[in-house]
Amino acid sequence: MIWYTGKRLLQMIPVFFGATFLIYFMVFSLPGDPIAALYGDRPPAPGVIEQIRAQYNLDKPFVVQYFIYIGNFFQGDLGTTYSGRPVSAEMARAFPITGRLALLALAIEAIFGILVGLIAGLRKGKLFDNNALVVSLLLISVPTFVIGFVLQYVFAVQLGWARTTVSSEAPLSELLLPALVLASVSFAYIVRLTRASVSDNLNADFVRTATAKGLSRRRVVGVHVLRNSLVPVVTFLGVDLGALMVGAIVTEGIFNINGVGGTVYKAIKLGEGPTVVSFIAVMVVIFVLANLLVDLLYAALDPRIRYAK
Amino acid sequence: MPNKNPNAQTHYVAALEETPVETVDRLDESQKARSTWADAWDAMRVRPTFWISSALILLIVIVALFPSLFAQVSPTQCELGDSHDGPADGHPLGFTRQGCDIYARIIFGTQASVTVGLLATMLVTFTGIVVGSLAGYYGGILDAIVSRIGDIFFAVPTVLGAIVLMSVLPERTPVTIALVLSLFAWPQIARIMRGAVLSARNSDYVTASVALGVSKFRILLRHVIPNSIAPVIVIATVSLGTFIVAEATLSFLGIGLPPDIMSWGNDIDAAKSSLRTNPQVLLYPAAALSVTVLAFLMLGDVVRDALDPEARARR
Repeated sequence: MIWYTGKRLLQMIPVFFGATFLIYFMVFSLPGDPIAALYGDRPPAPGVIEQIRAQYNLDKPFVVQYFIYIGNFFQGDLGTTYSGRPVSAEMARAFPITGRLALLALAIEAIFGILVGLIAGLRKGKLFDNNALVVSLLLISVPTFVIGFVLQYVFAVQLGWARTTVSSEAPLSELLLPALVLASVSFAYIVRLTRASVSDNLNADFVRTATAKGLSRRRVVGVHVLRNSLVPVVTFLGVDLGALMVGAIVTEGIFNINGVGGTVYKAIKLGEGPTVVSFIAVMVVIFVLANLLVDLLYAALDPRIRYAK
Repeated sequence: MPNKNPNAQTHYVAALEETPVETVDRLDESQKARSTWADAWDAMRVRPTFWISSALILLIVIVALFPSLFAQVSPTQCELGDSHDGPADGHPLGFTRQGCDIYARIIFGTQASVTVGLLATMLVTFTGIVVGSLAGYYGGILDAIVSRIGDIFFAVPTVLGAIVLMSVLPERTPVTIALVLSLFAWPQIARIMRGAVLSARNSDYVTASVALGVSKFRILLRHVIPNSIAPVIVIATVSLGTFIVAEATLSFLGIGLPPDIMSWGNDIDAAKSSLRTNPQVLLYPAAALSVTVLAFLMLGDVVRDALDPEARARR
């Protein structure tokens, strides 16, 4: 396990540099001038452009810029937004809110997704299963922002059960509705994944053995079927974090939440390139780290993975 | 598994008298062997879902190609006086805030969404198949380099990468969106293809071809790729729907298609301000989008069931 962990950690280094370089490259060496974009239709005085370029190190060669950026990144300096606030301070303010939202969404999708998937898998072909499949297909095919608007309209505007926009403190009770929106698509995927793997495992030899040993159905399902069915679900949760981040941008935009996603949403709308890059670079790093964690968890859950290579 | 008795039979073969002779007699050896695709076709065509989703997709493609066949009203001729009016004669779904015909806008918006979905899927599938099969088949340094590059692109979630790239690109058309989305989405297909090629590379039919003196590249083209393409087809069908959602999400964020190009994403974005008073303006294009995505997801499900013999046996 130690060797496996070390190997995975080493493999992550080029991915980290590659991914951040890629994002940095995209923003700063492609056609389109982020500084000019800042000024919209009216070009600023020439001296101003030079000054801003120097301030953001845009006058230096591209690779140098990147290494300055990465060096600062590791020192916790993520640059400043165009309004002058340090990105790290913005992050520190925004992150707890998004963290709460994401954890709430993860809890909702994991608990309900696995539960519904398990029941559907156990009752394959029955009414519950068919309904679960139809609902999950619908949830996947409706984009998150449409679900967001509809739920906001129904629960906040029509029924008045929740607030249409979340206050700046963003307590858990107000985050429930946005979390539901954020969880919806992944919930559908988890239902389908759990259902498929439960119905696969029901026919597995170890389940027949467990039943033949005289174990109760509760124990067979709870211990043997469910535990083995959770392995693909855990892997999915890692990949799903990427979808959750995009979903957070959309959801926080809709509900006007002051989290990471909401900040990125506003930065995109205002065309603040560097802010978008800094935030998304941090998101990508979190994504890479989370997937490493999932890989390790996966290897811990299923010893065959570790010994395969 | 260790075999305690070296003389034990490892493969059980039915004794001759147990073999039903009439089954053997019924086999027509002159007949051509059935391919995976013929089997898959047989499995698919008995499913109503297959016909429903195919018919829907056909309809959507026809609408995208010839929108004027379905809508007589111009989608850009808008009367502000009609703003938010309900359904009227010749305008079955009513009007948007700008007084445009909702139905006509949905019909004419089909093209952009379908173009992005189809183009991105084709790009991703083609790149993924070429890169994945070369890496898996030739292995060595090529495989190492290609796989590491793929890892980097794979580490950036598709829509996140697209958000960064789209927010700096000066020109935004369906083609650029498709290019941007496929830039971050190809490693998934390449990985699947590589895995499939790796397992096909060592099959008996490849060895047989080598023995017959077929060139390495020809084996790859004629035998390895056709036999490992099935899982890629499945993923490609499903991803078409996700690309359409991604385009709509980008347009919703204001970094997808510019407002002068009609698309469902833009219409939904434009309708969000009048959601509280006139939700139907938002719901109709959203429904069109969802039905399209649903059609491709359903087709993907059927194709997967048909191409995966294990899934077929389980049904």
